[in-house]
Amino acid sequence: MRLSKDFLSDYIDLSNIPYSEVAEKMVFAGNEYESIEKLCNAKGLVVGYIEDCVNHPESDHLHICKVNIGSETVQILCGAPNVAKGQKVIVATIGAELPGGVIKKAKLAGMESHGMICSMAELGLESKYLKEEDHAGIHVLDADAKVGEDALHYLGFDDEIIDFELTADRADLLNIIGMAYEIGAIYNQKVTLPDIKLHETKENICDIMKLDVRTDNCPIYLGKMVKNVEIKESPKFIKNRLMASGIRPINNVVDISNYVMLEYGQPLHFFDKDKLGNTVVVRMANEGEMLNTLDGKARVLKTSDIVIANEKEPVALAGVMGGLETEIENDTKNIFIEAAIFNPLRIRYTSKAIIRSEASIRYEKGVDPSRTILAMNRACELLEQYANAEIYSGILMHDIASKEDKKIEVSLEKIVSVLGMNITKEDVEEILTRLGFTYKIKYNIFEVYVPTRRIDVNIKEDVIAEIGKIYGYDKVVGSLPTNIMKKGTYSKKEQLEKNVRRHLRALGLNQVITYSLVSENEINIFHNEKYEPVILESPMSEDRKVMRTSLIPSLLHVYDYNSARNRKDIHIFETSAIYYKENDEYKENMMLSGLLSGVYEENTWQGKELKVDFYLVKGIVENLLDYLGLHNRYQFSLDNLVKELHPGMSASIIIDRNIIGFIGRVHPSICKKEVYVFELDLKKILELKVKAIKFKEIPKYPSVKKDVSFIVKEDVTSKEVEDVIKKAGSRLLTNIDVFDVYVGENVGKDEKSIAYALTFRDPNKTLNDEEVTVIFNKIIAEVTKKLDAVLRNK
Amino acid sequence: MKEKVETLKKEMKEKIKSITTLKELNDLKVEYLGKKGPINELTTMMRDLPVEEKKEFGKVLNEVKNEANTLFENTKKALEEKELNEKLQKEKIDITLPSAKLHVGAIHPLTKVIEEIEELFVSMGYDVVEGPEIEEDLYNFEKLNLPKGHPARDAQDSFYITEEMLLRTQTSPVQARVMDANKEKTEVRVICPGKVYRRDDDDATHSHQFTQIEGLVVGENISLSHLKGTLEELAKKLFGMDREIRFRPSFFPFTEPSLEVDVSCFKCGGSGCSICKGTGWIEILGSGMVHPNVLRGCGYDPEKYTGFAFGIGPERVAMLKYGINDIRNFYTDDLRFLEDFNRTEGSEQ
Repeated sequence: MRLSKDFLSDYIDLSNIPYSEVAEKMVFAGNEYESIEKLCNAKGLVVGYIEDCVNHPESDHLHICKVNIGSETVQILCGAPNVAKGQKVIVATIGAELPGGVIKKAKLAGMESHGMICSMAELGLESKYLKEEDHAGIHVLDADAKVGEDALHYLGFDDEIIDFELTADRADLLNIIGMAYEIGAIYNQKVTLPDIKLHETKENICDIMKLDVRTDNCPIYLGKMVKNVEIKESPKFIKNRLMASGIRPINNVVDISNYVMLEYGQPLHFFDKDKLGNTVVVRMANEGEMLNTLDGKARVLKTSDIVIANEKEPVALAGVMGGLETEIENDTKNIFIEAAIFNPLRIRYTSKAIIRSEASIRYEKGVDPSRTILAMNRACELLEQYANAEIYSGILMHDIASKEDKKIEVSLEKIVSVLGMNITKEDVEEILTRLGFTYKIKYNIFEVYVPTRRIDVNIKEDVIAEIGKIYGYDKVVGSLPTNIMKKGTYSKKEQLEKNVRRHLRALGLNQVITYSLVSENEINIFHNEKYEPVILESPMSEDRKVMRTSLIPSLLHVYDYNSARNRKDIHIFETSAIYYKENDEYKENMMLSGLLSGVYEENTWQGKELKVDFYLVKGIVENLLDYLGLHNRYQFSLDNLVKELHPGMSASIIIDRNIIGFIGRVHPSICKKEVYVFELDLKKILELKVKAIKFKEIPKYPSVKKDVSFIVKEDVTSKEVEDVIKKAGSRLLTNIDVFDVYVGENVGKDEKSIAYALTFRDPNKTLNDEEVTVIFNKIIAEVTKKLDAVLRNK
Repeated sequence: MKEKVETLKKEMKEKIKSITTLKELNDLKVEYLGKKGPINELTTMMRDLPVEEKKEFGKVLNEVKNEANTLFENTKKALEEKELNEKLQKEKIDITLPSAKLHVGAIHPLTKVIEEIEELFVSMGYDVVEGPEIEEDLYNFEKLNLPKGHPARDAQDSFYITEEMLLRTQTSPVQARVMDANKEKTEVRVICPGKVYRRDDDDATHSHQFTQIEGLVVGENISLSHLKGTLEELAKKLFGMDREIRFRPSFFPFTEPSLEVDVSCFKCGGSGCSICKGTGWIEILGSGMVHPNVLRGCGYDPEKYTGFAFGIGPERVAMLKYGINDIRNFYTDDLRFLEDFNRTEGSEQ
């Protein structure tokens, strides 16, 4: 909402108040502004009188003018075709600032020029307000302009404008009178309203026209008729105020309807009465009915649209836009004026589907029912004054809206306890008066009567907010709630995530956060068939269409991004939800995914390098699971492998017989580079019971170490060998380590050798050689027998 | 005899002084203290002395022996130390050569901000709770006093999945869920962090996905003063101990009164600079007293209970705090960006 100072000054006294101060004070009443500016930003323009004007002898278009600018008479060269002796004109003096630049003394075709005579287009008005003639030549002022006077002031172009960004609830501020009430409350000033005087003819509209409201979506519909209007240009003040408010002046009649809307917030619609006919019907549109709106477009209507119709067809889209058929044109003589209120929700749906207009913006948010008749009369008054209209008596009327003030009770105690400020009864009384709310007091309870213009004030909390805003929220002194002490807690999920993040961070992985919405392509990889994807009803783009069912495609994105920037060592993880539908329910599942590539640790000049490979990533996963208290409970299995992983370098991760994740190298068909990923289902991990840490006796007796090396078939896994060793080793075998794996000429083809370091210990005594040898031999016997293995010679 | 001993002693001391290696020292020790050495010789000679003299001379001889042993021992230690030092000197390395590259990860700046805020509120007795991102229209809008067709829904253009389900546009629905779930309708003190989504084209200041932290306190006699006091703690935690806050009235459908909160500029302290655009204040969050319709809709009696709520954007906080100029940085995950957050900041825990 653009608020003109000139317009506002009709209602409150702004003579001693800088407009910038008004803007600042409004901010602390909850009304932010975007900018404060002048209608024209030019400086140094004065009214000049052309005392003499002759053609330049050496130019085919320049004129040499002697211009009286009040303080002196200067020579100005002017190229405009319409410049002439005796004109009063706008002169940009030396040093004047125009949008086109600063005016300097110049030499044109050998002659000095001390300034510039301006056209309308050069002053810095927005181009939408300019007509063709404003560009064609200099602007000639009326004879009453005083020579030497500030030209912008004479034109009314020095008006100041605050461009407010209003909150959605303040429909009452979408007009000048509403603004005047608000600013009046802030400055403790009374608002002066227009005193409307009409001269009506004996003819009564009700004898001529008929109104039929057939929908309950129109609580008020008022109509008035005027005849013999003279369509012409509006007076200067109306044009300027419209421009200041962002509306382009058209002609006096159209401008008056806009002017009154700006003034009262009540949209009006003017019909050419002769084209409209004698019947006005307000009804819901029929499905598929057509209407050509004022903007020249053919609109197909729906049953949810309210229309104004005559006997035959719709003539306007109620509250949104008029129809082309009944438009005011230059030859219009008689006008039917509509002032109505429509159901805001209906207007909202229609304007959202068809077009937003100044009218619909106001209707959607709510219009004050008490002003409908005032606005209509005001329009008549202005039409009488500025369009020579003759006003029919009587009003075509349908009105079932309540115009009573809203009664709201609120106790002083409540006001004080919500605001937490020491407000007294007298403070409240003063503020209510300033707001224009009447009240009665009964035992410290205020019975507040809120005028209908305040559509946003309906309950006691709204009244309290109004009181707080005028009293000043800067007076609130902070304190902490004195509620019962209790300890704060993290959710278990958040705690787990935090543990995971910190641990992986310590292990060298960077946390990333990526988008939950992905493309359909990305949903097709690393997608678990069990999960039915969640798809947006109307996505903004193909890239952000589906809720992801895996984090890994996003991590691959981050890998690609960084890799394309020559980053080789990439170690990242993300903890985020994945989303899917299951049995018609929407599920969100917290997952952890990691991606590693390149070198994990290195010192180049020393030739040391720990490259990322399967076993390193496995180590990270194991390290994390151990940290989470799951030591000895997980296994890496070759069952249920993920098809997007290298079939020979991947595993599923199992805890207590449930798959909780996977690990492996990304399949070369998806990523050519050597990239490893893992995924863990944090929701499943969260459900696992973890044992508390318990002290174990530190071993008192020494251990015995023995090495053994087996040659086994190539497809026998180390895990299989270890399982047999473990079983044969009894409780005295406390640790198994692999210290060598060999494939090559010293073993057969399709064979490999694995060497184990076994540790034996008896918690109760020192083991002797014989005891160990017995177990050791049993281990050898079992492994060779069960796995068809051969003991490798040392 | 005595003189002989003195001469011997003097001579030995002189020789020891010029010794440089352990071997020489050992040889000298054998020379003087060995079986064939002069001291032993004197001991043999002593046998032939009369008893009185024997006793006296024996004492002298013993003293010399002890003195010699101590001297040899000390010299040995000194030489050993010298040799070790020489050996270590030869092992000297160039300590200016580069270290082993141990990669340490970084916590994402948004997570850092969220954790910092969580920590503060947990210390003030708040619980951290979460709600679904795929949310019902009922909780995202209707229970928050935003019925269908409410103009304020426009500002939060949403990603709908069905007519009734959408990606939440704010973390505020968790407010309603927490109050709904509290069957005894007792006091509530929670903060709710999480991801939210709006139909915005991604650019330097907009992101279709971002994070929010909602705070909610419901109890008897909760007032604006408590809201202010609480947010003052938050402002100090995030932007430094000298920070002040101020309220500006505003409008949110789920609070009344509704207040925007500005923090005094952490760069210039309030005198005006480029960060605060010359105003001395920076807008950081929206807040207010819980609207009675919201309380009522969740089973709380607004006559008995009041509450305050606030919502803060970790992206905005991180952008201000760290001087980040493009919101997309948070979601592009350029490692060079992330690695800048790979450390603590002074007093931060």
